[in-house]
Amino acid sequence: MIKVSNLQAGYGAVRAVRGVSLTLGKGELVTVLGANGAGKSSLMLTIAGALKPTGGQVFFDGKDVTGATPERMVRLGLAMVPETRDVFPDLTVAENLRLGAYIRRKQVDAVQADLEKMYEIFPRLKEREHQAGGTLSGGEQQMLVIARAMMSDPKVLLLDEPSLGLAPNLVDQIFEMILELKATGLSILLVEQNASKALQIADRAYVLRLGEIAAEGTAAEISEASDLHAMYLGG
Amino acid sequence: MVGLIQFIIDFLSLGGAYALMALGLVIVYGILKLVNFAYGELIMVAGYTLYLVGGTGMPWIFMAIIAILMSVLFGILTDYVAFRPVRAKSVTAVLITSFAFSTLLQNGALLFISPRPRNIPLPDIFTETIEIAGVITPIRNLLTIATAVISLSLFTWLMRRTVIGIAMRAAATHFTMARMLGVPANLIITSAFAISGLLAGIVSMFWLGRIGAVTPGIGLEPLLIAFIATVIGGMRSLQGAVLGGFLLAFIDTGLNYTLPQDLLKFRDAFTFSLVILILLWRPEGLLKGPASGQRT
Repeated sequence: MIKVSNLQAGYGAVRAVRGVSLTLGKGELVTVLGANGAGKSSLMLTIAGALKPTGGQVFFDGKDVTGATPERMVRLGLAMVPETRDVFPDLTVAENLRLGAYIRRKQVDAVQADLEKMYEIFPRLKEREHQAGGTLSGGEQQMLVIARAMMSDPKVLLLDEPSLGLAPNLVDQIFEMILELKATGLSILLVEQNASKALQIADRAYVLRLGEIAAEGTAAEISEASDLHAMYLGG
Repeated sequence: MVGLIQFIIDFLSLGGAYALMALGLVIVYGILKLVNFAYGELIMVAGYTLYLVGGTGMPWIFMAIIAILMSVLFGILTDYVAFRPVRAKSVTAVLITSFAFSTLLQNGALLFISPRPRNIPLPDIFTETIEIAGVITPIRNLLTIATAVISLSLFTWLMRRTVIGIAMRAAATHFTMARMLGVPANLIITSAFAISGLLAGIVSMFWLGRIGAVTPGIGLEPLLIAFIATVIGGMRSLQGAVLGGFLLAFIDTGLNYTLPQDLLKFRDAFTFSLVILILLWRPEGLLKGPASGQRT
């Protein structure tokens, strides 16, 4: 679904992503691991079109989409859950979700059905339907942004640190949900700090270090790699 | 009693006009985090349009609609000329281009029309007065109140009930995130400028109606009023802009009624002193609004 080759991106003089190549197959769950500042989030933002690449290429479903706008990427079928979550604080939960379906707002019935489905998966969101997004707890906000991303009916989901700052039982819940989403045939690219948990559910993994791929392989291979800690912690 | 009714009518009509002006400025600021300094010129454009179509003899309401449409058009033009080419660059660049566009429009009016005031056509109803409970008040004031109520309700409906309105509120806090949901950036920004132009156009009818004439520099005062109202109300909040507009009108009207005759010419000094006090008390404005993302 996604193929990235020799991708480079950065902020001014800072080069955050330095020649990364990776692939994400259909229905696959691939995780990208790495320490803080390894370039994981920049990589995700570049694929989503929110950060302009300075070099390399991005392919979506075989099409060259290098440098495409974020609007175009969503319409192609890519949904992004950024690390910063970015719940719209003064929009209600329902408005947040409806905006998630912006690109298919004409399909009124399908959107309504999906909205009901999301409320079924996340009963907490149904309870808080008319509450402003900014008043939700961290865990609820995370559920909201994942549900909001799913409202666009994507083929590929980019998840950036979905477990960040959540209580342990919530983290388990989020990971279970990621597996459920994978079971529906969705392709997922997951960035995680919680490496052991991510490797438990992923098919394959990449380890990023200082903007470059330091290791790649199946989740099992990466788990067993004796120098994982060294790479991960930048030692 | 008579004084009180008089005061309320004066306050509400001035407040309605101020609130609409402030709203037009803050809708663009909310999304771009940039003040459109060419905002006042939209009122000037509406005024000159009214002057130019004045001789055609068509009913006033059509002239007014044409003038308001011109204001909308120039609002959108501001985006294309002053904002879009340099939007991604720096705040300073946009600051300068919006000032430049403002100066350009003013000088255009100076050069092609006249530096002297030009009378604009006004309907008879604007100059008539009416007596309510013993108070004689211009009908124009009541029309201003009614128009403000209708415009504010329509605006609220637009922002709460339509997809574009919800998308605009979303873009005001997390612009990039809204784009990552498929909301087209340019559509949102252009819509904001169009609404800004619409509000400026509507308010200009009453603002110019008070004066009866248009000059190239007419936009400065509305810009200043809108800017101060949004600063007191809270730059990030649409409700804040409305509140700020009414509060500023309350201060202005209150001073008009209470200041002795020989101090009245210093009214602005008193107004600004009160504004400074409000800002010392609430530096972020009265309504904080949601924490907003970075400039886009």
